[in-house]
Amino acid sequence: MDMLASTLGTEGARMIVGLIGVIALVSVNALFLIWMERKVSAHMQLRPGPMEVGWHGAIQTIADALKLMGKELITPEEVDRPVYYLAPVVVFLPVLLTFLVIPFSQKMIIKDMNVGIVLILAFSTLSVLAILMAGWSSNNKYSVFGAIRSVAQNIAYEIPLLVTVMSIILMVGSFKLTDIVAAQGRYWFILVQPLAFILYIICATAETNRTPFDLPEAESELVAGFHTEYSGMRFALFFLAEYTNMFIVSAVATVLFLGGWHGPILPGFIWFLIKVYALIFLIMWFRWTFPRVRFDQLVTFAWKILIPLSFANLLITALFLKLF
Amino acid sequence: MINYFKEILVGFWSLLAGMAVTIRYFTKPIVTVQYPREKIPMSPHYRGYPQLIIDPETQTHRCIACEMCSRMCPSQLIAVEGAKFPGEKQKRATKYIHEHYYCSLCGLCTEVCPTSALEYSAVYRLAGYRREDAVIDHLLLLQQRQQAAGLPVTPVPTEADIAAAAAAEAAAKEAKEKEAKAKAAAAKKPGPGEEVKE
Repeated sequence: MDMLASTLGTEGARMIVGLIGVIALVSVNALFLIWMERKVSAHMQLRPGPMEVGWHGAIQTIADALKLMGKELITPEEVDRPVYYLAPVVVFLPVLLTFLVIPFSQKMIIKDMNVGIVLILAFSTLSVLAILMAGWSSNNKYSVFGAIRSVAQNIAYEIPLLVTVMSIILMVGSFKLTDIVAAQGRYWFILVQPLAFILYIICATAETNRTPFDLPEAESELVAGFHTEYSGMRFALFFLAEYTNMFIVSAVATVLFLGGWHGPILPGFIWFLIKVYALIFLIMWFRWTFPRVRFDQLVTFAWKILIPLSFANLLITALFLKLF
Repeated sequence: MINYFKEILVGFWSLLAGMAVTIRYFTKPIVTVQYPREKIPMSPHYRGYPQLIIDPETQTHRCIACEMCSRMCPSQLIAVEGAKFPGEKQKRATKYIHEHYYCSLCGLCTEVCPTSALEYSAVYRLAGYRREDAVIDHLLLLQQRQQAAGLPVTPVPTEADIAAAAAAEAAAKEAKEKEAKAKAAAAKKPGPGEEVKE
Protein backbone atom coordinates (compact mmCIF):
# COMPACT_ATOMS: atom_id res chain seq x y z
CA MET A 1 0.00 0.00 0.00
CA ASP A 2 2.79 2.42 0.96
CA MET A 3 4.86 1.43 -2.05
CA LEU A 4 1.83 1.91 -4.28
CA ALA A 5 1.17 5.28 -2.71
CA SER A 6 4.74 6.44 -3.20
CA THR A 7 4.86 5.43 -6.87
CA LEU A 8 1.37 6.42 -7.95
CA GLY A 9 0.41 9.03 -5.40
CA THR A 10 -2.49 8.62 -2.97
CA GLU A 11 -5.08 9.11 -5.66
CA GLY A 12 -3.62 6.43 -7.94
CA ALA A 13 -3.25 3.95 -5.07
CA ARG A 14 -6.84 4.59 -4.09
CA MET A 15 -7.92 3.89 -7.69
CA ILE A 16 -6.06 0.59 -7.94
CA VAL A 17 -7.14 -0.73 -4.54
CA GLY A 18 -10.67 0.44 -5.24
CA LEU A 19 -10.84 -1.26 -8.64
CA ILE A 20 -9.59 -4.54 -7.18
CA GLY A 21 -12.23 -4.21 -4.48
CA VAL A 22 -14.89 -3.43 -7.09
CA ILE A 23 -14.01 -6.45 -9.22
CA ALA A 24 -14.19 -8.64 -6.11
CA LEU A 25 -17.49 -7.06 -5.12
CA VAL A 26 -18.94 -7.51 -8.61
CA SER A 27 -18.15 -11.23 -8.72
CA VAL A 28 -19.25 -11.97 -5.17
CA ASN A 29 -22.38 -9.88 -5.69
CA ALA A 30 -23.30 -11.78 -8.85
CA LEU A 31 -22.73 -15.14 -7.15
CA PHE A 32 -24.87 -14.06 -4.22
CA LEU A 33 -27.62 -12.49 -6.34
CA ILE A 34 -28.04 -15.55 -8.55
CA TRP A 35 -28.38 -17.70 -5.44
CA MET A 36 -30.77 -15.16 -3.90
CA GLU A 37 -32.86 -15.00 -7.06
CA ARG A 38 -33.24 -18.77 -7.10
CA LYS A 39 -34.11 -18.87 -3.41
CA VAL A 40 -36.63 -16.03 -3.65
CA SER A 41 -38.31 -17.53 -6.70
CA ALA A 42 -38.37 -20.95 -5.06
CA HIS A 43 -39.91 -19.79 -1.81
CA MET A 44 -42.56 -17.79 -3.65
CA GLN A 45 -43.48 -21.04 -5.39
CA LEU A 46 -43.45 -23.04 -2.11
CA ARG A 47 -40.34 -25.04 -2.93
CA PRO A 48 -36.89 -24.95 -1.29
CA GLY A 49 -34.70 -24.04 -4.30
CA PRO A 50 -31.09 -25.23 -4.56
CA MET A 51 -30.26 -27.39 -1.53
CA GLU A 52 -27.48 -29.73 -2.65
CA VAL A 53 -24.17 -27.85 -2.96
CA GLY A 54 -23.12 -26.28 0.33
CA TRP A 55 -25.40 -25.00 3.08
CA HIS A 56 -28.84 -24.52 1.48
CA GLY A 57 -27.15 -24.56 -1.93
CA ALA A 58 -25.00 -21.54 -1.05
CA ILE A 59 -22.15 -22.46 -3.42
CA GLN A 60 -24.38 -23.78 -6.19
CA THR A 61 -23.57 -20.68 -8.26
CA ILE A 62 -19.83 -21.38 -8.00
CA ALA A 63 -20.46 -24.86 -9.37
CA ASP A 64 -22.51 -23.33 -12.20
CA ALA A 65 -19.79 -20.76 -12.92
CA LEU A 66 -17.16 -23.54 -13.11
CA LYS A 67 -19.38 -25.41 -15.53
CA LEU A 68 -19.76 -22.27 -17.68
CA MET A 69 -15.97 -21.78 -17.73
CA GLY A 70 -15.50 -25.35 -18.91
CA LYS A 71 -17.83 -24.84 -21.84
CA GLU A 72 -16.79 -24.37 -25.42
CA LEU A 73 -17.03 -20.82 -26.77
CA ILE A 74 -19.12 -21.42 -29.85
CA THR A 75 -18.90 -18.79 -32.58
CA PRO A 76 -21.56 -19.23 -35.27
CA GLU A 77 -20.34 -19.14 -38.91
CA GLU A 78 -22.03 -15.98 -40.15
CA VAL A 79 -21.54 -13.61 -37.22
CA ASP A 80 -19.89 -10.21 -37.54
CA ARG A 81 -16.78 -11.33 -35.69
CA PRO A 82 -15.21 -8.13 -34.26
CA VAL A 83 -18.52 -6.79 -33.03
CA TYR A 84 -19.58 -10.20 -31.77
CA TYR A 85 -16.40 -10.59 -29.73
CA LEU A 86 -16.52 -7.01 -28.43
CA ALA A 87 -20.13 -6.96 -27.21
CA PRO A 88 -19.63 -8.89 -23.94
CA VAL A 89 -16.69 -6.62 -23.07
CA VAL A 90 -18.66 -3.48 -23.90
CA VAL A 91 -21.55 -4.63 -21.76
CA PHE A 92 -19.27 -5.26 -18.79
CA LEU A 93 -16.81 -2.34 -18.79
CA PRO A 94 -19.23 0.58 -18.18
CA VAL A 95 -20.75 -1.44 -15.38
CA LEU A 96 -17.35 -1.52 -13.68
CA LEU A 97 -16.78 2.20 -14.31
CA THR A 98 -19.96 3.29 -12.57
CA PHE A 99 -18.63 1.84 -9.31
CA LEU A 100 -16.05 4.67 -9.33
CA VAL A 101 -18.49 7.15 -7.86
CA ILE A 102 -20.82 5.04 -5.71
CA PRO A 103 -20.37 6.07 -2.05
CA PHE A 104 -20.53 2.93 0.08
CA SER A 105 -19.92 5.08 3.14
CA GLN A 106 -18.55 8.52 3.92
CA LYS A 107 -14.98 7.38 3.20
CA MET A 108 -15.53 4.30 1.01
CA ILE A 109 -15.70 5.95 -2.38
CA ILE A 110 -13.06 5.57 -5.07
CA LYS A 111 -13.37 9.03 -6.57
CA ASP A 112 -15.87 11.59 -5.37
CA MET A 113 -16.56 13.35 -8.68
CA ASN A 114 -18.70 16.45 -8.91
CA VAL A 115 -20.62 14.88 -11.82
CA GLY A 116 -21.22 11.57 -10.04
CA ILE A 117 -24.87 10.95 -10.87
CA VAL A 118 -24.44 12.08 -14.46
CA LEU A 119 -21.52 9.71 -14.90
CA ILE A 120 -23.54 6.76 -13.61
CA LEU A 121 -26.52 7.55 -15.83
CA ALA A 122 -24.27 8.09 -18.87
CA PHE A 123 -22.34 4.86 -18.47
CA SER A 124 -25.31 2.68 -17.60
CA THR A 125 -26.87 3.79 -20.89
CA LEU A 126 -23.89 2.27 -22.72
CA SER A 127 -25.24 -1.21 -21.95
CA VAL A 128 -27.91 -0.57 -24.60
CA LEU A 129 -25.14 -0.13 -27.15
CA ALA A 130 -23.67 -3.47 -26.10
CA ILE A 131 -27.05 -5.17 -26.40
CA LEU A 132 -27.52 -3.68 -29.86
CA MET A 133 -24.01 -4.84 -30.85
CA ALA A 134 -24.69 -8.35 -29.56
CA GLY A 135 -28.06 -8.59 -31.24
CA TRP A 136 -26.95 -7.19 -34.57
CA SER A 137 -23.68 -9.09 -34.87
CA SER A 138 -25.25 -12.44 -33.98
CA ASN A 139 -26.96 -12.51 -37.40
CA ASN A 140 -30.00 -14.14 -35.89
CA LYS A 141 -33.53 -12.81 -36.25
CA TYR A 142 -34.38 -13.40 -32.60
CA SER A 143 -31.25 -11.59 -31.45
CA VAL A 144 -32.06 -8.61 -33.68
CA PHE A 145 -35.60 -8.50 -32.34
CA GLY A 146 -34.29 -8.58 -28.81
CA ALA A 147 -31.84 -5.77 -29.55
CA ILE A 148 -34.49 -3.61 -31.26
CA ARG A 149 -36.84 -4.02 -28.34
CA SER A 150 -34.08 -3.20 -25.91
CA VAL A 151 -33.21 0.04 -27.69
CA ALA A 152 -36.84 1.18 -27.97
CA GLN A 153 -37.45 0.33 -24.34
CA ASN A 154 -34.34 2.07 -23.08
CA ILE A 155 -35.03 5.23 -25.03
CA ALA A 156 -38.57 5.27 -23.68
CA TYR A 157 -37.56 4.69 -20.07
CA GLU A 158 -34.41 6.80 -19.98
CA ILE A 159 -36.45 10.02 -20.14
CA PRO A 160 -38.64 9.52 -17.06
CA LEU A 161 -35.61 8.14 -15.22
CA LEU A 162 -33.55 11.26 -15.90
CA VAL A 163 -36.44 13.62 -15.14
CA THR A 164 -37.12 11.83 -11.86
CA VAL A 165 -33.48 12.03 -10.86
CA MET A 166 -33.58 15.70 -11.83
CA SER A 167 -36.20 16.45 -9.18
CA ILE A 168 -33.87 15.09 -6.49
CA ILE A 169 -30.95 17.06 -7.88
CA LEU A 170 -33.10 20.22 -7.77
CA MET A 171 -33.64 19.65 -4.06
CA VAL A 172 -29.95 19.12 -3.33
CA GLY A 173 -28.38 21.42 -5.88
CA SER A 174 -25.43 19.12 -6.59
CA PHE A 175 -24.54 16.18 -8.84
CA LYS A 176 -22.17 14.86 -6.21
CA LEU A 177 -23.45 11.61 -4.69
CA THR A 178 -21.88 12.33 -1.29
CA ASP A 179 -23.69 15.71 -1.21
CA ILE A 180 -26.99 14.01 -2.02
CA VAL A 181 -26.51 11.53 0.83
CA ALA A 182 -25.35 14.25 3.23
CA ALA A 183 -28.52 16.24 2.46
CA GLN A 184 -30.57 13.31 3.78
CA GLY A 185 -29.15 13.52 7.29
CA ARG A 186 -32.47 14.50 8.87
CA TYR A 187 -34.99 12.66 6.66
CA TRP A 188 -34.83 10.37 3.64
CA PHE A 189 -35.99 11.78 0.31
CA ILE A 190 -38.42 8.87 -0.13
CA LEU A 191 -40.60 10.64 2.47
CA VAL A 192 -40.88 13.86 0.48
CA GLN A 193 -40.63 12.31 -2.99
CA PRO A 194 -42.62 9.03 -2.84
CA LEU A 195 -43.88 9.41 -6.43
CA ALA A 196 -40.35 9.95 -7.65
CA PHE A 197 -39.24 6.79 -5.87
CA ILE A 198 -41.98 4.70 -7.47
CA LEU A 199 -41.22 6.15 -10.91
CA TYR A 200 -37.51 5.56 -10.41
CA ILE A 201 -38.01 1.90 -9.39
CA ILE A 202 -40.27 1.27 -12.39
CA CYS A 203 -37.77 2.85 -14.78
CA ALA A 204 -34.86 1.03 -13.14
CA THR A 205 -36.64 -2.28 -13.60
CA ALA A 206 -37.09 -1.45 -17.27
CA GLU A 207 -33.48 -0.24 -17.63
CA THR A 208 -32.10 -3.49 -16.23
CA ASN A 209 -34.42 -5.53 -18.49
CA ARG A 210 -36.05 -7.26 -15.57
CA THR A 211 -39.56 -8.70 -15.53
CA PRO A 212 -42.19 -7.31 -16.17
CA PHE A 213 -40.12 -5.37 -18.74
CA ASP A 214 -37.84 -8.22 -19.87
CA LEU A 215 -38.95 -8.12 -23.50
CA PRO A 216 -35.39 -8.07 -24.92
CA GLU A 217 -34.85 -11.57 -23.56
CA ALA A 218 -38.40 -12.88 -23.52
CA GLU A 219 -37.68 -16.57 -23.71
CA SER A 220 -41.17 -17.58 -24.77
CA GLU A 221 -40.98 -15.36 -27.86
CA LEU A 222 -37.30 -14.76 -28.64
CA VAL A 223 -35.40 -17.82 -27.34
CA ALA A 224 -32.95 -15.78 -25.21
CA GLY A 225 -33.15 -12.49 -27.09
CA PHE A 226 -29.89 -10.69 -27.76
CA HIS A 227 -27.65 -13.34 -26.15
CA THR A 228 -29.15 -16.33 -27.98
CA GLU A 229 -25.90 -17.01 -29.87
CA TYR A 230 -23.55 -16.56 -26.94
CA SER A 231 -22.20 -19.48 -24.94
CA GLY A 232 -19.77 -20.21 -22.14
CA MET A 233 -17.99 -17.28 -20.51
CA ARG A 234 -19.28 -14.75 -23.06
CA PHE A 235 -22.80 -15.57 -21.95
CA ALA A 236 -21.64 -15.44 -18.34
CA LEU A 237 -20.40 -11.86 -18.87
CA PHE A 238 -23.88 -10.78 -20.01
CA PHE A 239 -25.30 -12.49 -16.98
CA LEU A 240 -22.76 -10.85 -14.70
CA ALA A 241 -23.51 -7.44 -16.22
CA GLU A 242 -27.25 -7.93 -15.70
CA TYR A 243 -26.86 -8.69 -12.01
CA THR A 244 -24.31 -5.93 -11.51
CA ASN A 245 -26.69 -3.49 -13.21
CA MET A 246 -29.31 -4.50 -10.69
CA PHE A 247 -26.84 -3.67 -7.94
CA ILE A 248 -26.05 -0.30 -9.50
CA VAL A 249 -29.64 0.85 -9.98
CA SER A 250 -30.41 -0.22 -6.41
CA ALA A 251 -27.31 1.59 -5.14
CA VAL A 252 -28.35 4.76 -6.97
CA ALA A 253 -31.87 4.46 -5.54
CA THR A 254 -30.33 4.06 -2.09
CA VAL A 255 -28.28 7.19 -2.57
CA LEU A 256 -31.14 9.23 -4.00
CA PHE A 257 -34.05 8.12 -1.85
CA LEU A 258 -33.03 5.95 1.09
CA GLY A 259 -30.34 8.05 2.73
CA GLY A 260 -27.28 6.13 1.56
CA TRP A 261 -25.05 5.20 4.46
CA HIS A 262 -27.20 6.91 7.12
CA GLY A 263 -28.44 4.61 9.84
CA PRO A 264 -28.05 3.98 13.55
CA ILE A 265 -25.50 1.71 15.33
CA LEU A 266 -24.14 -0.28 12.37
CA PRO A 267 -21.29 1.14 10.27
CA GLY A 268 -22.25 3.10 7.16
CA PHE A 269 -21.38 0.64 4.43
CA ILE A 270 -23.38 -2.13 6.14
CA TRP A 271 -26.44 0.12 6.15
CA PHE A 272 -25.76 0.89 2.51
CA LEU A 273 -25.58 -2.80 1.56
CA ILE A 274 -28.71 -3.64 3.60
CA LYS A 275 -30.67 -0.96 1.73
CA VAL A 276 -29.29 -2.05 -1.65
CA TYR A 277 -30.17 -5.70 -1.11
CA ALA A 278 -33.62 -4.78 0.19
CA LEU A 279 -34.23 -2.93 -3.08
CA ILE A 280 -32.87 -5.86 -5.08
CA PHE A 281 -35.29 -8.09 -3.20
CA LEU A 282 -38.05 -5.70 -4.24
CA ILE A 283 -37.03 -6.04 -7.90
CA MET A 284 -36.95 -9.85 -7.56
CA TRP A 285 -40.35 -9.69 -5.90
CA PHE A 286 -41.62 -7.83 -9.00
CA ARG A 287 -40.20 -10.55 -11.20
CA TRP A 288 -42.09 -13.34 -9.48
CA THR A 289 -45.33 -11.37 -9.23
CA PHE A 290 -45.96 -9.59 -12.52
CA PRO A 291 -46.40 -11.14 -15.94
CA ARG A 292 -44.41 -9.71 -18.85
CA VAL A 293 -46.08 -6.73 -20.53
CA ARG A 294 -46.77 -6.63 -24.26
CA PHE A 295 -44.58 -4.33 -26.33
CA ASP A 296 -47.27 -1.76 -27.10
CA GLN A 297 -48.28 -1.71 -23.44
CA LEU A 298 -44.64 -1.14 -22.50
CA VAL A 299 -44.19 1.86 -24.77
CA THR A 300 -47.66 3.27 -24.03
CA PHE A 301 -46.96 3.05 -20.32
CA ALA A 302 -43.70 4.95 -20.70
CA TRP A 303 -44.93 7.75 -22.94
CA LYS A 304 -48.47 8.20 -21.62
CA ILE A 305 -48.00 7.65 -17.89
CA LEU A 306 -44.39 7.70 -16.73
CA ILE A 307 -43.18 10.72 -18.69
CA PRO A 308 -46.15 13.04 -17.85
CA LEU A 309 -46.02 11.98 -14.20
CA SER A 310 -42.28 12.54 -13.93
CA PHE A 311 -42.55 16.00 -15.52
CA ALA A 312 -45.43 16.86 -13.20
CA ASN A 313 -43.33 15.70 -10.27
CA LEU A 314 -40.42 17.86 -11.43
CA LEU A 315 -42.66 20.91 -11.83
CA ILE A 316 -44.25 20.47 -8.41
CA THR A 317 -40.82 20.03 -6.82
CA ALA A 318 -39.55 23.18 -8.49
CA LEU A 319 -42.65 25.10 -7.40
CA PHE A 320 -42.28 23.99 -3.79
CA LEU A 321 -38.59 24.87 -3.75
CA LYS A 322 -39.37 28.31 -5.13
CA LEU A 323 -42.19 28.96 -2.67
CA PHE A 324 -40.68 27.68 0.57
CA MET B 1 -58.57 13.52 -16.92
CA ILE B 2 -60.22 11.94 -13.87
CA ASN B 3 -60.34 8.64 -15.71
CA TYR B 4 -56.62 8.91 -16.42
CA PHE B 5 -55.70 9.23 -12.75
CA LYS B 6 -58.33 6.70 -11.71
CA GLU B 7 -56.84 4.18 -14.12
CA ILE B 8 -53.35 4.78 -12.73
CA LEU B 9 -54.49 4.43 -9.13
CA VAL B 10 -56.59 1.32 -9.78
CA GLY B 11 -53.73 -0.23 -11.73
CA PHE B 12 -51.26 0.57 -8.99
CA TRP B 13 -53.58 -0.90 -6.38
CA SER B 14 -53.89 -4.12 -8.41
CA LEU B 15 -50.09 -4.36 -8.57
CA LEU B 16 -49.90 -4.03 -4.79
CA ALA B 17 -52.58 -6.69 -4.37
CA GLY B 18 -50.55 -9.06 -6.56
CA MET B 19 -47.41 -8.37 -4.55
CA ALA B 20 -49.30 -9.07 -1.32
CA VAL B 21 -50.19 -12.52 -2.66
CA THR B 22 -46.61 -13.41 -3.58
CA ILE B 23 -45.17 -12.19 -0.28
CA ARG B 24 -47.75 -14.23 1.58
CA TYR B 25 -46.63 -17.31 -0.30
CA PHE B 26 -42.98 -16.36 0.29
CA THR B 27 -43.51 -16.72 4.05
CA LYS B 28 -45.46 -19.98 3.84
CA PRO B 29 -43.64 -23.24 4.58
CA ILE B 30 -42.46 -25.17 1.54
CA VAL B 31 -44.51 -28.11 0.32
CA THR B 32 -42.05 -30.09 -1.81
CA VAL B 33 -39.75 -32.80 -0.45
CA GLN B 34 -36.12 -33.58 -1.32
CA TYR B 35 -37.12 -36.66 -3.25
CA PRO B 36 -34.47 -39.36 -3.08
CA ARG B 37 -33.91 -38.64 0.61
CA GLU B 38 -37.44 -37.79 1.69
CA LYS B 39 -40.58 -39.51 0.47
CA ILE B 40 -44.24 -38.88 1.03
CA PRO B 41 -46.54 -41.83 1.89
CA MET B 42 -48.56 -43.06 -1.06
CA SER B 43 -52.32 -42.93 -1.03
CA PRO B 44 -53.97 -46.32 -0.29
CA HIS B 45 -55.69 -46.09 -3.66
CA TYR B 46 -52.44 -45.89 -5.58
CA ARG B 47 -52.30 -48.53 -8.32
CA GLY B 48 -48.83 -50.02 -8.49
CA TYR B 49 -48.20 -53.54 -9.76
CA PRO B 50 -50.41 -56.23 -8.17
CA GLN B 51 -49.07 -58.15 -5.21
CA LEU B 52 -50.30 -60.98 -2.96
CA ILE B 53 -52.36 -59.93 0.04
CA ILE B 54 -51.12 -61.07 3.45
CA ASP B 55 -54.26 -62.59 4.97
CA PRO B 56 -54.75 -61.13 8.46
CA GLU B 57 -55.96 -64.50 9.84
CA THR B 58 -53.54 -67.01 8.36
CA GLN B 59 -50.73 -64.44 7.93
CA THR B 60 -49.90 -65.86 4.52
CA HIS B 61 -51.22 -65.52 0.98
CA ARG B 62 -54.56 -66.85 -0.25
CA CYS B 63 -53.49 -67.99 -3.74
CA ILE B 64 -54.96 -71.36 -4.72
CA ALA B 65 -53.09 -71.53 -8.04
CA CYS B 66 -56.27 -71.59 -10.10
CA GLU B 67 -54.42 -69.67 -12.85
CA MET B 68 -57.38 -67.38 -13.54
CA CYS B 69 -55.10 -64.35 -13.42
CA SER B 70 -52.65 -65.99 -15.75
CA ARG B 71 -55.39 -66.67 -18.27
CA MET B 72 -57.02 -63.26 -17.85
CA CYS B 73 -53.86 -61.21 -18.27
CA PRO B 74 -54.11 -59.36 -21.64
CA SER B 75 -50.34 -59.38 -22.07
CA GLN B 76 -49.85 -62.88 -20.66
CA LEU B 77 -47.27 -61.84 -18.11
CA ILE B 78 -48.29 -64.04 -15.17
CA ALA B 79 -47.06 -67.61 -14.66
CA VAL B 80 -48.55 -69.53 -11.75
CA GLU B 81 -47.81 -73.08 -10.66
CA GLY B 82 -49.34 -74.84 -7.74
CA ALA B 83 -49.42 -78.16 -5.99
CA LYS B 84 -51.65 -79.88 -3.52
CA PHE B 85 -49.90 -80.68 -0.30
CA PRO B 86 -50.90 -83.56 1.92
CA GLY B 87 -53.29 -82.56 4.65
CA GLU B 88 -54.59 -79.50 2.74
CA LYS B 89 -57.92 -79.22 1.05
CA GLN B 90 -56.93 -76.88 -1.77
CA LYS B 91 -53.99 -76.36 -4.08
CA ARG B 92 -51.43 -73.76 -3.05
CA ALA B 93 -49.14 -71.63 -5.24
CA THR B 94 -45.58 -72.91 -5.54
CA LYS B 95 -44.50 -70.31 -8.07
CA TYR B 96 -45.97 -66.90 -8.95
CA ILE B 97 -43.93 -64.95 -11.47
CA HIS B 98 -45.10 -61.60 -12.81
CA GLU B 99 -43.09 -60.12 -15.68
CA HIS B 100 -43.87 -56.55 -14.91
CA TYR B 101 -42.19 -54.84 -17.87
CA TYR B 102 -45.22 -55.03 -20.16
CA CYS B 103 -47.79 -54.69 -17.40
CA SER B 104 -50.32 -51.95 -18.17
CA LEU B 105 -51.62 -52.03 -14.59
CA CYS B 106 -55.13 -52.80 -15.95
CA GLY B 107 -55.99 -54.65 -12.75
CA LEU B 108 -57.88 -57.52 -14.39
CA CYS B 109 -55.87 -60.05 -12.36
CA THR B 110 -56.94 -58.54 -9.06
CA GLU B 111 -60.56 -58.41 -10.19
CA VAL B 112 -60.79 -61.95 -11.48
CA CYS B 113 -59.13 -63.62 -8.49
CA PRO B 114 -61.73 -65.94 -6.86
CA THR B 115 -60.10 -65.76 -3.43
CA SER B 116 -59.26 -62.02 -3.64
CA ALA B 117 -55.60 -62.86 -3.16
CA LEU B 118 -54.25 -59.86 -5.09
CA GLU B 119 -54.10 -56.15 -4.33
CA TYR B 120 -52.39 -53.10 -5.81
CA SER B 121 -49.06 -52.29 -4.25
CA ALA B 122 -47.95 -48.74 -3.46
CA VAL B 123 -44.60 -49.17 -5.21
CA TYR B 124 -43.81 -46.42 -7.75
CA ARG B 125 -40.05 -46.69 -8.16
CA LEU B 126 -40.14 -49.21 -11.00
CA ALA B 127 -37.02 -48.28 -12.96
CA GLY B 128 -34.39 -50.98 -13.47
CA TYR B 129 -31.13 -51.53 -15.29
CA ARG B 130 -32.08 -54.77 -17.03
CA ARG B 131 -35.28 -56.41 -18.21
CA GLU B 132 -34.82 -59.05 -15.51
CA ASP B 133 -35.16 -56.32 -12.86
CA ALA B 134 -38.84 -56.05 -13.78
CA VAL B 135 -39.56 -59.76 -13.23
CA ILE B 136 -41.18 -60.12 -9.84
CA ASP B 137 -41.28 -63.41 -7.97
CA HIS B 138 -44.30 -62.77 -5.81
CA LEU B 139 -43.64 -65.52 -3.29
CA LEU B 140 -40.18 -64.06 -2.55
CA LEU B 141 -41.69 -60.57 -2.41
CA LEU B 142 -44.29 -61.88 0.04
CA GLN B 143 -41.50 -63.25 2.22
CA GLN B 144 -39.78 -59.87 2.22
CA ARG B 145 -42.97 -58.08 3.15
CA GLN B 146 -43.71 -60.58 5.90
CA GLN B 147 -40.23 -60.07 7.26
CA ALA B 148 -40.69 -56.30 7.15
CA ALA B 149 -44.02 -56.59 8.97
CA GLY B 150 -42.58 -58.98 11.59
CA LEU B 151 -44.85 -61.87 10.58
CA PRO B 152 -43.89 -65.56 10.27
CA VAL B 153 -42.39 -66.11 6.83
CA THR B 154 -44.19 -68.44 4.47
CA PRO B 155 -41.60 -70.89 3.06
CA VAL B 156 -41.46 -71.22 -0.72
CA PRO B 157 -41.88 -74.92 -1.58
CA THR B 158 -38.69 -76.39 -3.08
CA GLU B 159 -38.58 -78.83 -6.01
CA ALA B 160 -38.23 -81.72 -3.57
CA ASP B 161 -41.25 -80.54 -1.58
CA ILE B 162 -43.27 -80.32 -4.75
CA ALA B 163 -42.09 -83.81 -5.87
CA ALA B 164 -42.91 -85.25 -2.45
CA ALA B 165 -46.29 -83.55 -2.51
CA ALA B 166 -46.93 -84.91 -6.01
CA ALA B 167 -45.86 -88.40 -4.89
CA ALA B 168 -48.07 -88.19 -1.83
CA GLU B 169 -50.88 -86.93 -4.04
CA ALA B 170 -50.33 -89.79 -6.48
CA ALA B 171 -50.16 -92.30 -3.64
CA ALA B 172 -53.33 -90.87 -2.15
CA LYS B 173 -54.99 -91.00 -5.55
CA GLU B 174 -53.88 -94.59 -6.02
CA ALA B 175 -55.12 -95.47 -2.59
CA LYS B 176 -58.40 -93.80 -3.37
CA GLU B 177 -58.63 -95.58 -6.69
CA LYS B 178 -57.90 -98.88 -4.98
CA GLU B 179 -60.51 -98.14 -2.43
CA ALA B 180 -62.96 -97.20 -5.14
CA LYS B 181 -62.11 -100.39 -7.06
CA ALA B 182 -62.49 -102.42 -3.92
CA LYS B 183 -65.81 -100.75 -3.33
CA ALA B 184 -66.85 -101.39 -6.89
CA ALA B 185 -65.75 -104.98 -6.63
CA ALA B 186 -67.58 -105.29 -3.37
CA ALA B 187 -70.61 -103.79 -5.03
CA LYS B 188 -70.34 -106.22 -7.96
CA LYS B 189 -70.04 -109.23 -5.70
CA PRO B 190 -73.49 -109.53 -4.33
CA GLY B 191 -73.89 -110.24 -0.71
CA PRO B 192 -75.44 -113.48 0.35
CA GLY B 193 -78.48 -111.81 1.68
CA GLU B 194 -79.24 -110.06 -1.61
CA GLU B 195 -79.01 -113.21 -3.52
CA VAL B 196 -81.55 -114.62 -1.31
CA LYS B 197 -83.75 -111.70 -1.95
CA GLU B 198 -83.62 -112.17 -5.66
